[in-house]
Amino acid sequence: MAVNRMFRTCPASGLLFHEPAEKLMRFHAVAAVVSLLIGGILAIGVVLTRWQAIHLLPPDLFYQVLTAHGLNMLVFWIIFFEMAVLYFAGSTLLRSRLATPRIAWAAFWLMVIGALVNNYSVFRGDSSVMFTSYAPMGAHPTFYLGLILFAVGALVSCFVFLGTLVVARAERTYRGSIPLVTFGALTACIIAIFTIAAGAIILIPTFFWSVGLIDHIDSLMYKTVWWAFGHSSQQINVAAHVSVWYAVAAIVFGAKPMSEKVSRGAFLLYIFFLQLASAHHLLVDPGLTSNWKIFNTSYAMYLAVLASMVHGLTVPGAIEVAQREKGHNQGLFTWLRRAPWGNPVFSAMFISLIGFGFLGGISGVMMGTEQLNMIIHNTIYVPGHFHATVVVGTTLAFMGLTYFLIPVLFRREVMFPGMAKWQPYVFGLGMSAVSLFLMGAGTLGVPRRHWDISFAGNPFPYEFPGAAWLMMALAGISGLIAIVGGGMYLLITVGSVFLGKKIVTPGFQHVRARENVAAIPAAAPVITSHGSIGAGGMVAPGTFVLAMVFLAAFVLYYFINWKYLSTVWPLK
Amino acid sequence: MSALLPPAEQVWWKQPLDRVELIWIVIALIWCLIMFFMMPYWHIYGKQNLSNEAYRARPEEYAKKAEDMIAKYKVREEGGDLKVPVVHPPAGSDVYLIARLWSWSPMLELEAGKSYRIHLMSMDWLHGFSLQPENINIQVHPGYEHVVTVTPGSPGTYSIICNEYCGINHHTMTSRLYVVK
Ligand code: HEM
Ligand SMILES: [Cu+2]
Ligand SMILES: [Cu+2]
Repeated sequence: MAVNRMFRTCPASGLLFHEPAEKLMRFHAVAAVVSLLIGGILAIGVVLTRWQAIHLLPPDLFYQVLTAHGLNMLVFWIIFFEMAVLYFAGSTLLRSRLATPRIAWAAFWLMVIGALVNNYSVFRGDSSVMFTSYAPMGAHPTFYLGLILFAVGALVSCFVFLGTLVVARAERTYRGSIPLVTFGALTACIIAIFTIAAGAIILIPTFFWSVGLIDHIDSLMYKTVWWAFGHSSQQINVAAHVSVWYAVAAIVFGAKPMSEKVSRGAFLLYIFFLQLASAHHLLVDPGLTSNWKIFNTSYAMYLAVLASMVHGLTVPGAIEVAQREKGHNQGLFTWLRRAPWGNPVFSAMFISLIGFGFLGGISGVMMGTEQLNMIIHNTIYVPGHFHATVVVGTTLAFMGLTYFLIPVLFRREVMFPGMAKWQPYVFGLGMSAVSLFLMGAGTLGVPRRHWDISFAGNPFPYEFPGAAWLMMALAGISGLIAIVGGGMYLLITVGSVFLGKKIVTPGFQHVRARENVAAIPAAAPVITSHGSIGAGGMVAPGTFVLAMVFLAAFVLYYFINWKYLSTVWPLK
Repeated sequence: MSALLPPAEQVWWKQPLDRVELIWIVIALIWCLIMFFMMPYWHIYGKQNLSNEAYRARPEEYAKKAEDMIAKYKVREEGGDLKVPVVHPPAGSDVYLIARLWSWSPMLELEAGKSYRIHLMSMDWLHGFSLQPENINIQVHPGYEHVVTVTPGSPGTYSIICNEYCGINHHTMTSRLYVVK
């Protein structure tokens, strides 16, 4: 079988696309967007039911819709998109042909079938078990089967990515080390492989249990292994969206990493210290010792948190340096004021960074503290937290990247550019508000995954304080704003990809690369010194100030919660 | 577009790092260590820590222990036709709370400022013990008997709601907890 060596060079960005890789990326992106569309429609039902004044859906439908919302968003939208990112970081950035395109296609279709089968099971109505599907609550066998097929597909795609790295090295398509963004994608891929292994360990027996071949699944064992899968997969998201941040900083500003060593070292910390993170989902569970909980939640002394704090500095830091070198060198924040706030690629990335750090990061570390978890566990604070990480953080970063990919990958002009300008703000700020209000309600004890906090008709109702109701109503309103923002994104992407004006470049075509792919690109210029930019001996003083503001917010919030904990009933 | 291109220095791990980065790494590391030490610190000096005491148990045996306790300390019934027993166990004693689809049993009446060994276990699926408005939340598993020593605060009527999704009537799984002088 002849190897396909057809490539094209993007006239706008200079990126080199391998023909099959390009097609695969397009299909993954489309599958991702379709999942987002489904999840987004379901979000309307979720948010309007939890807004008690509207209380849209009946209970069975609510739990069904919530299950499907979680799965389509968290699993299908994000992972389809991530696989596109892997192929981009592997094949396109390394200017290499994709290894084994046929296998990659088989993996893609396996993922599609898995997603369909899983959605079918939830649609049946007997699998409203939430995406966590805690045994011994059982779902229809197709629920687990769908997830297993999807996971196998994703695993195979990961190996195609690794294979591509091998091909690129063997065919010498680049010089030296792989680019930072590819390094980040590699981090995501390695974590994904471990994660999916954990998923297999738990989902395969559960599938056998659901068809009657195994008669008992221990609930604690299930929950522990499930979160080795469920939590680590969030780390895939973090590694992926941090890579996207670096990519966007490079695309929009030509920013170079402040230092490769620090950024890569931080990615390595993710790999080394993440696997045990399932512990923070078990902090209030019986049968595990405090020592185990403390060691594992602290991710061996919070080294993964440290890594995220480092990326949180180096990404804006790199932007600041690039901006200052372009002449925006006055004062502390001129570089930021002069940033292209009307360019959705940038604004999405920047809101993603701030929202992920300030809302998602701080709340996550707080919740993940052994004792503090007691006043948070399973309240709606938890969805508040992860809508900041996985929606404002990951989803919005991917949205920003899409605006770059539409012309480059799909060769279409972005439709409704005026709307695109606003989309990251509507979605990002709406969603940040959702997170904040859900966190507020959670602090007042409002449970997650709960149909009716009015407890109507219940012999022992609990009356939540008025503030909790207000918070849920505000979450509902901001949820609608976020849904509008999501709708704008869908309209723009679907419109552009299928109906947008084609970008035609005369003489443009795929060309056969003879020996290798193309001329090896020059490496990035060596940075000898940053000249005279910055202030106070720092090249990025503005970023440093932002980081200190972040730290102050973090410390304050962390200790406020200890204070709050100290007022609840003593227990031991 | 350098994050997209191979690094100029082949040996990127030998590149010097910038001052901003170095200072931030040191600060962030110190903060992470402080957060790490807060947990053991609270185990020694704090008053709110979950116990490590848990036993494997069979649902029937656990239910039996709870029934025995109910027979001994029942003071009344509540909830009309539901006839949920209310128990007033002596301070310091072992109190058994059963979680099942979709109810809690028995209802507890405890004395403020006294300590009780509250046992929690589910008969079937996962449930969530959520005491409101205190907002103390504990996961309840089937087959694991979790013992927490609790000292109720001020007198009043508290609610227990289930906050782990446990099927279609999850939102109806509520109970009360009375704290008396
Ligand atoms: C577009 C606007 C969105 C709105 C208004 C929204 C709203 C909500 C709300 C209110 C809940 C909590 C329901 C409850 O626990 O009772 C929820 C759950 C959830 N959402 Fe979203 N969401 C949106 C988008 C997303 C996106 C983009 C993702 C993922 C990338 C996502 C992932 C999830 C997950 C995983 C759950 C948890 C489901 C469960 O508890 O099983 N959501 N959503
Ligand atoms: Cu329950
Ligand atoms: Cu429940």
